[in-house]
Amino acid sequence: MSWLDHRTGIETAIRNFLYEEIPASSGWHQVFGSIAVFLFLVQAFTGALLAFNYAPTPGDAYNSLRYILTEVTGGHLIRGLHHWGASMLIVVVVLHMTQVFLYGAYKKPREATWMVGVVLLLLTMAYGLTGYLLPWDNRAYWGTVVATQIAARAPLMGPYLSRLLGGENAVGVVTFARFYGLHVLLLPPATGLLIATHIYLVRKHGVAPAPGDEVQPKKKFYPQQAFKDTAAIFGAFVILFVMAVAVRVPLERLADPTDTTVVPRPDWYFLFLFQTLKFFNGPLEVVGSMILPGLAVLALLLVPFVDRGQVMRVTRRTVAFGAVALALLGWSGLTVAAIATTPKPDNTVEIDFGAPTDWMQLSPQELAGVGYFRQENCASCHTVGTGKPRIGPDLANVPIKKNAAWMIEHFKRPAAMVPGSSMPAIQLSNAQLNALAAFLLKLTPRNAEALANAPDFAVEAALLYQANNCGACHMANGVGMKIGPPLNGLARRRTKTWVAQHFANPQALSPDSIMPSYKFSNREMDRMIAYLFTLPD
Amino acid sequence: MPATEPRADQTEVTRRGFYVTLIYGLWSIIATALSVPAAIYLLFPPKLRKAPEWVEAGDVSQLEPRVPVEMVFRQNRVDGWKVLSEKTTTWVVKFSDSNVVAFGPQCTHLGCAYHWDDNRAQFLCPCHTSIFAIDGAVVSGPAPRPLDRYDAKVENGRLLLGPLHESKEKA
Repeated sequence: MSWLDHRTGIETAIRNFLYEEIPASSGWHQVFGSIAVFLFLVQAFTGALLAFNYAPTPGDAYNSLRYILTEVTGGHLIRGLHHWGASMLIVVVVLHMTQVFLYGAYKKPREATWMVGVVLLLLTMAYGLTGYLLPWDNRAYWGTVVATQIAARAPLMGPYLSRLLGGENAVGVVTFARFYGLHVLLLPPATGLLIATHIYLVRKHGVAPAPGDEVQPKKKFYPQQAFKDTAAIFGAFVILFVMAVAVRVPLERLADPTDTTVVPRPDWYFLFLFQTLKFFNGPLEVVGSMILPGLAVLALLLVPFVDRGQVMRVTRRTVAFGAVALALLGWSGLTVAAIATTPKPDNTVEIDFGAPTDWMQLSPQELAGVGYFRQENCASCHTVGTGKPRIGPDLANVPIKKNAAWMIEHFKRPAAMVPGSSMPAIQLSNAQLNALAAFLLKLTPRNAEALANAPDFAVEAALLYQANNCGACHMANGVGMKIGPPLNGLARRRTKTWVAQHFANPQALSPDSIMPSYKFSNREMDRMIAYLFTLPD
Repeated sequence: MPATEPRADQTEVTRRGFYVTLIYGLWSIIATALSVPAAIYLLFPPKLRKAPEWVEAGDVSQLEPRVPVEMVFRQNRVDGWKVLSEKTTTWVVKFSDSNVVAFGPQCTHLGCAYHWDDNRAQFLCPCHTSIFAIDGAVVSGPAPRPLDRYDAKVENGRLLLGPLHESKEKA
């Protein structure tokens, strides 16, 4: 026996844990519990990492999350792991419960193990509810407004629940602090303790045997079953990692309590509850919000006491299969209905605030220049800052930066200005060439990225802005005239509807205005207004 | 294992070894895939949000040559997700109209604020008695390197300062 084991007994403990005897029928169907524990640990790890760069107060929370996403190296990945890990944990916990349910593994003497598991399911959902608020974007804010209102309408306890969640008047700093406190201080140790209890109970009673196991010799958990658990965990981890890298996690704009256009929706795993609520109105609402979910939890808890028969082969448990099928049908029906009835937001332009937004500082002229650059397909011969060298010079690192007049002449007659150039002449109007020149003159290795980040809708709107010569009266990002009001900060002053109506008939809304009316297509209007609303204050 | 084991047990041993190798292998991959991004996340400096800017510290056209003056100015400092506008000080020495030096306000030993002693014509640090000459060189004391300097340029008699740089040379 080694020195360490003599002092601590740790090696013996690990050996005892790994060499547990399990029934001969154990196999791949029992891997879900291990995956759930693993995912919980991944959540704890990535959660702690996020907390190292996160300020848990409204406003700062949003800015620090954007900092994690756009500036911290690897921040996107860590947040992706945490976000998709949460969804995956819900899926795996439900799969674990389904397996146990189908096999009747909750039967005497394992009732307490099952009941602790039900509480763990509720805790997993509580993480989802509290974590949803923490990005403090519009989606988080409005989703939580609805959740706290539901809690406030609970019979008898409503006012107390509301006070407890800090949402008595509105969702604000107090609610935020309490959700964060629950999410990172109270729920993790509670979960840890219950997982420990759960595993202790599994060990105490042993893994549930199937009929026929009594006559077979038992086998050891290590290494065969341990390998199956490991392989399953690895598979889950690969899926999680790929999702974290490849699937965009939306971050909307900062929470805006005055926004009247949002359609609050909870995360996908709560949609069925959300849809249930719609069937009950007025005084019956409490049935959908409290009584039905309460009964469902109670039914889950009581499962081992309702089904008390002998353990049967899983293939013969038709009632259990029926119950699972019914639950699955009900759940997916409600979820699909919730998704189908979600109104499409009137604005089709979506800005991802999880991506860099330095393009918002560009002038409309420069942004339109990006548009001409893309339209004229300049990138087929030129690199901008990075990438492998092409036939033309790297535009972010041209040795001599000429002035705009030279650039425009060069666009019109490339070979005349640069002898030997094989560049074709660019067929654009003078104003358009001006914008292109403005954009190119501004290019440096440092801002090349900002220009590349400009989303298509903003570029399209900037082209429209230039084509209609808006800058002849308006100032945007420091460029333009001051005859009309400056366009920066428009989002703070007006609603999107107001701006749309104003474009169609300016004098109807501002009688003294000398602005002509503009007939944009729906698509153009969407993009134009979305772009104008991105102009910083 | 003794070499006299029967054959059936030996295939058992091989299969066991196979499982154990895979268990260790898969867990190593998972541990690497989590710890390497975590290390990068914590250790790599965040991307720069914007180019360092020149800030005006004050008028240096009337300064007497070789007489250090403390100047106070406001500077934007990027701190994580925030940009803070901070009051900052610098000791400015004009050697000639074209050569103006701006020292960082902290002693290079442990960061105490030092000051110019007119009588001794030296910079004194009150904490551990480091002494610097007018050009920032260490005269005596525990300071490990000369005073740090801001990037500085003079335009129309006004001193513009860039980022603070640590002196490379040793004391």
